[in-house]
Amino acid sequence: MMQIDPSLVDWSRWQFALTAMFHWVFVPLTLGLSIMMAMMETMYTRTGDEHWKKITKFWMTLFGINFAIGVATGIILEFEFGTNWSNYSWFVGDIFGAPLAIEGIMAFFMEATFLAVMFFGWNKVSKGAHLTSTWLVALGSNLSSLWILVANAWMQNPTGTTFNPDTARNEMSNFWEVLFSPTAINKFLHTTASAYLLSAIFVIGVSAWFLLKNREKLFARRSIVIASIFGLFFGLYTVITGDASARHMAQVQPIKFAAMENLNYGRENAPYTAFGFLKNNADEEILKDTKLKIEIPNMLSFMAYLNPHAFVPGIVDLVYGNKEKDIMGVNEKIEKGRLAIEAFRVYKEAKNEGDVTKADLAMNVLNQNYSYFGYGYFTEAAQAIPPVKLTFYSFRWMVYLGFLFIILMIYFLYHGIRDTLGKHRWMLVIAIIAIPLAYLASQAGWVVAEVGRQPWVIQDLMPTFAAVSHLEVSSVKLTFWLFAITFTTLLIAEVRIMLAQIKKGPNHGGK
Amino acid sequence: MFENLSLLTLQQYWYFIVSLLGALLIFLTFVQGGQTLIYRLGKTELERTLIVNSIGRKWELTFTTLVTFGGAFFASFPLFYSTSFGGAYWVWMLILFVFVIQAVSYEFRSKPKNLLGQRTFDVFLFLNGFLGTILLGAAIGTFFTGSQFQINKLNLTQLPQSGSPIISQWTGPAHGLEAVLNLTNVALGLSLFLLARILGTLYIINTVEHDKINQRARKDLMISSPLFLVFFLWFLISILTKKGFAVDPATQMVYLEPYKYLHNFLQMPIVLILFLLGVILVLWGIGLTLFKKSSRGFWFTGPGAIFAVLGILLVAGYNNTAFYPAVNWSLGEGTDTFNTFMQSSLTIQNSSSSHYTLTVMSYVSLLVPFVLAYIVWAWRSINKVKVSEKEVEENTHSY
Ligand code: HDD
Ligand code: HEM
Ligand code: HEM
Repeated sequence: MMQIDPSLVDWSRWQFALTAMFHWVFVPLTLGLSIMMAMMETMYTRTGDEHWKKITKFWMTLFGINFAIGVATGIILEFEFGTNWSNYSWFVGDIFGAPLAIEGIMAFFMEATFLAVMFFGWNKVSKGAHLTSTWLVALGSNLSSLWILVANAWMQNPTGTTFNPDTARNEMSNFWEVLFSPTAINKFLHTTASAYLLSAIFVIGVSAWFLLKNREKLFARRSIVIASIFGLFFGLYTVITGDASARHMAQVQPIKFAAMENLNYGRENAPYTAFGFLKNNADEEILKDTKLKIEIPNMLSFMAYLNPHAFVPGIVDLVYGNKEKDIMGVNEKIEKGRLAIEAFRVYKEAKNEGDVTKADLAMNVLNQNYSYFGYGYFTEAAQAIPPVKLTFYSFRWMVYLGFLFIILMIYFLYHGIRDTLGKHRWMLVIAIIAIPLAYLASQAGWVVAEVGRQPWVIQDLMPTFAAVSHLEVSSVKLTFWLFAITFTTLLIAEVRIMLAQIKKGPNHGGK
Repeated sequence: MFENLSLLTLQQYWYFIVSLLGALLIFLTFVQGGQTLIYRLGKTELERTLIVNSIGRKWELTFTTLVTFGGAFFASFPLFYSTSFGGAYWVWMLILFVFVIQAVSYEFRSKPKNLLGQRTFDVFLFLNGFLGTILLGAAIGTFFTGSQFQINKLNLTQLPQSGSPIISQWTGPAHGLEAVLNLTNVALGLSLFLLARILGTLYIINTVEHDKINQRARKDLMISSPLFLVFFLWFLISILTKKGFAVDPATQMVYLEPYKYLHNFLQMPIVLILFLLGVILVLWGIGLTLFKKSSRGFWFTGPGAIFAVLGILLVAGYNNTAFYPAVNWSLGEGTDTFNTFMQSSLTIQNSSSSHYTLTVMSYVSLLVPFVLAYIVWAWRSINKVKVSEKEVEENTHSY
């Protein structure tokens, strides 16, 4: 029998990561800008002030450019589950396919249809119908984020599911548990809030550029006021929901949490590392030490359990087990996983032979051990540790930037309302620099979520390497480079077009 | 309401919905067809702008239908999604790739500083129209001609030391591209390309106010229509006369049955009527345009295409037929190895989601009428005014 080539798994992962990260460059702006545009158009409809219409149209043009490439990168992702993760698509397709289909039916059509009305309907439908269409574009894009995040959350914490040995796959047993899983709620709230924050920073940064050039002052000020109210609110909300996500992660994916903090040995009164560098541990190959660290006492225990004295398990406890704290080690889980896999095989055999008692027995063993099924594919305990460095640093940068952005929002709201925006010109420069930083924070968030959950594609049920399609490595390499080159080229084109449109300013219509 | 239906009924319901989405998708490829006509029908910059702005306002709809078609297939028949996409890798990747370059082209083509230049984006649009339709057709052709793959779910019990846990193994030599070596698949591919082109011309005739474009479009229709008929009849005759992949309802064993698809048409008269009605409407719309100088042919040929394609897809999967056959002719038809290979074929019964999931999805499908209703509303409000020089200038958003 052939075995899976590890480089096939790596290239498939790189390809997925590449396309997902490209998609995520465009998505957050769509999510937030659509709402801000709708707010601006609402101002136009209510005041009848043509200037608001111009503002709305200016941001709509930028939205359109961003949207097109967001869609172009999205279609690849949708089909990649089939093309590159085909084993995954069978093993959990019964659950995972549903949100993707619902997303198409409920969200993408709404977005696509009303987008056309929004762009081409100005003179063709009534003002009210137009405004409604703009709001529906915003609703549609945000609904699409809901469903895809439900799907992603389910991979992190598979709820509402049972394994059916007759069909050899996981099947949905409770739709509401999938939809309202706390993981899904946290993910949706944090991701959308952060996307709104990013969009607010985008609007403020672009407006700041006009102020620096002494152009379009009214336009810039109005845009900044709307964006900073929006951004401050959702910036705070990003922090609150991020904190909730971390607390939830400590419950359902404790090893991701430990990796994110580089907590090697569990302890009570665990401190939070506000700052530090990771160095390889000289004695234990799998561990890293945190150097030059600045710690906040008891903070980590509080973050994870809302109790400053609580015990937080570390990587070593989770991998090798800790009897005292009743934590099972990975080796024991591997044994149970193998029992489950073997019981599944015996069950199928018994079914073929028509041996009912044998099948019942096997089914029993399977049920008892199924929650460790995926561990059966491992060969050693250390395989269960996610990449620590990337997770650790990404989390820290996301958090630093999150606080920085809130300060920025307060500043711009204050000066926007008092009409003193030109006072500190260097703050306008910072607002422009903040745009790429917001994208950085947002990507870092996904790195925490996705790299931190390795080696699992579905937590505890399926390791990433068991999820791939059986392809030649050369095929995947080729498509990887094809997408890398295409998307990079399109991104460069997009940025250039955006900049050219911004330079034209709001007084040249949308064209 | 849906929970009381039998699993088989739900499977049939979902096969219908997926087929309907497929049929709508083929109808909506008038956008793709139109993209291959930009330079044929538009000789000046202005003429091309008119054409692009007329079909361009619908590109999102086609694109979204493709996405939803994929999503719905995933949710209702995950084994198809896993086997076909993971196996026929290159066909699907190429299809996706030409849709990627399409999506940006409308928005970017006429904008300043677009890096690649307008011509390049127009070439992208052409490639999408040409390759997108042909490859899609070739892929659908394999529903009748089969592909080389094997599925063994027990592979899931293989531990990494002893083998691979991957259940589907594709043995086709070119990961899907081998489909274009089969003449039946090619005939369907070319038919769909030409159908898209016909629909494209009809749509442009229907929506663009410009005499020269109109005349050229009618001329092009005179070429593409007979060509379409040739390839379409070729495809039709070849599937009606070939052996098809039948499923024994009692044992679920797959076997070859001569004239299976012909039998399916005859045993499902409603599907036959649907199909014939579709073909008549397609021809009617073309005839109206060519001989009566009407500009409303699109509204006959379009629905006709939906009915005809729906009929063909239903014949591939209903009436105890394997809709995604596994074959390996080189093993020798009728031999034991050939027969075991064929048992990997996908039927609506062995590839579907569970009763529970299909039930949930069926509730979701109740949204479809609302979706269709707002699409119709939006379509009509935007198409109220014909695309003309004046209209494009008045619009602040144009391609
Ligand atoms: C502008 C972007 C942005 C900003 C400023 C923040 N985040 Fe974030 N974060 C995201 C954008 C993001 C994201 C891209 O939306 C992620 C990736 C996956 C997800 O669910 O949301 C994410 C994930 C994510 C996760 C992982 C969740 C999981 O794996 O399930 C945690 C624990 C946090 N965030 C916590 C925070 C905290 C405490 C922040 C406050 C200062 C913060 N984030 C600011
Ligand atoms: C859009 C933002 C996202 C980014 C930036 C992102 C990033 C990544 C990265 C970096 C990896 C590779 C992990 C590694 O190599 O260790 C990965 C893998 C993966 N992600 Fe995400 N991801 C995103 C969204 C999603 C979503 C929404 C889903 C599910 C619906 C998802 C599902 C997967 C899957 C299936 C893999 C492949 C298996 C794996 O390596 O875990 N990702 N992603
Ligand atoms: C792996 C996971 C993902 C898949 C498979 C996926 C799939 C897609 C597809 C197919 C499209 C094009 C839809 C169309 O035809 O209009 C799209 C666009 C979009 N997706 Fe994703 N997506 C993923 C991740 C995400 C995430 C994490 C979000 C938000 C939280 C998101 C939000 C959107 C939005 C707002 C659009 C509209 C286009 C735009 O980006 O401007 N997607 N996605």
